[in-house]
Amino acid sequence: MVVLTDITPKSRKEMPLTPLSTPTYGSMGKTGFWRTFRPEVDYSKCTKCTLCWIYCPDAAIERQQDDSPKIDYDYCKGCGICANECPVKAITMKREEE
Amino acid sequence: MAQTLVDTANHIAGYAAKAARVKVIAAYPITPQTTIVEKIAEFVENGELDAEYICVESEHSAMVACIGAAAAGVRTFTATSAHGLALMHEALHWASGSRLPIVMAVVNRAMGAPWSIWPDLSDSLSQRDTGWIQFYCADNQEVFDTIIQAYKLCENEKVFLPAMVCLEGFILSHTYSPVKIPDQREIDDFLPPYKSGWILDVNRPLSHANLVSPEYYMEFRYMIQEAMENAKMLIPKIDKEYGSRFGFEYGGLVEKYRCEDADLVLITMGTMAGDAKIAVDKMRKEGLKVGLARIRVFRPFPAEEIRKLAEHAQMLATIDRHVSFGMEGFLAAETKASLFSQESRPLFASFIAGLGGRDVTFETIEKIARKSVKWMSVGKVEKETLWVDLRR
Repeated sequence: MVVLTDITPKSRKEMPLTPLSTPTYGSMGKTGFWRTFRPEVDYSKCTKCTLCWIYCPDAAIERQQDDSPKIDYDYCKGCGICANECPVKAITMKREEE
Repeated sequence: MAQTLVDTANHIAGYAAKAARVKVIAAYPITPQTTIVEKIAEFVENGELDAEYICVESEHSAMVACIGAAAAGVRTFTATSAHGLALMHEALHWASGSRLPIVMAVVNRAMGAPWSIWPDLSDSLSQRDTGWIQFYCADNQEVFDTIIQAYKLCENEKVFLPAMVCLEGFILSHTYSPVKIPDQREIDDFLPPYKSGWILDVNRPLSHANLVSPEYYMEFRYMIQEAMENAKMLIPKIDKEYGSRFGFEYGGLVEKYRCEDADLVLITMGTMAGDAKIAVDKMRKEGLKVGLARIRVFRPFPAEEIRKLAEHAQMLATIDRHVSFGMEGFLAAETKASLFSQESRPLFASFIAGLGGRDVTFETIEKIARKSVKWMSVGKVEKETLWVDLRR
């Protein structure tokens, strides 16, 4: 079956029965600018439990070599789930303009 | 070895799922459906069926789990009734739009309020526009045969749609009757393992049924419409092939009984057909040319078959176990819609009967037939939609 990633179908015959796509990096552009609040990590409090990395619904947190998180601000929409889940309150949400 | 079981239609539906070698069942109990999934749970527990049985917290989750499993490329089954089906509503669209051949038994039960556990077709008919194929069964044997046929149909690459196999609560679901279960090897031969058009695979990530701009959405809808038309062509063929292999055949889309020379054709769905046949025979003994057409498949709707019936009949009368408030029953509406483009149309009357499980006996149907014959003889229908046996 055809996979709709790189093709722009001109006729119905080129279309799959249901839209199918393979993942690509940021195909919708950088979504980080949607953010109102930005998560900031206080690495002195972080216990490297990886919960923020697990819970991030947008895969915008990278798990680094030492298990500490690195937030990808190009794609983080600032939902605050990481800050909410962090058991030691090492992540705080700050207004973008601050 | 083929065997004959005396069992309820619900248990038989469980046997059918087992015979189809379903790989994933996700289900939530609801009366009168519960004994289907209990039977399947028993099969999985005692090792008779090699499948994953997922207990979920709601019918919505049951359907969503089936969607996930079907997308991973395995044959899936679930069952529900009434409010459970209503709770699934949103997910039903996802199943058909993702073109997943899930088969679901719907044990028809009237919708509340007022609370009811008894049958009418308002639950499944409310799901008319979800893109699911809908079969309606008239006896326990047909429940078994239709579930097997439904997989054969839905997994055809020209179709790739889900199907509901509907059976009326208690009238069939909890009633024992003999059913022939064919030899497993012969079923395997008729229904080979499911081969999907695409699968979810962690090593080859893929997302499906995702956002589509107005530029393409309509084409995806049109492809479902085409699949329904294809199903209409395939159902009679599959029914015939099943019949030649296993001895049970149901007329494809419509089961016709003494229709050839009938002046009056009664049109029904589901179990009413059994009683209607008795009524037809009785009228025939008096020389009245009455026939019966049982709509076995409501989606896709057999409009062409209705037109064929109308060519010879003077009058058609539908009996709906359903009402769409503010209009009429869907069977009446679809029958009339099928005929509107015809140059000449027979007289037409519609009857609403048996809501919330009220008995529709052969006497009830005889009364409907006599009223219709009377209207036919004067060439005028007095009341277009008549509620049968309604209290004054």
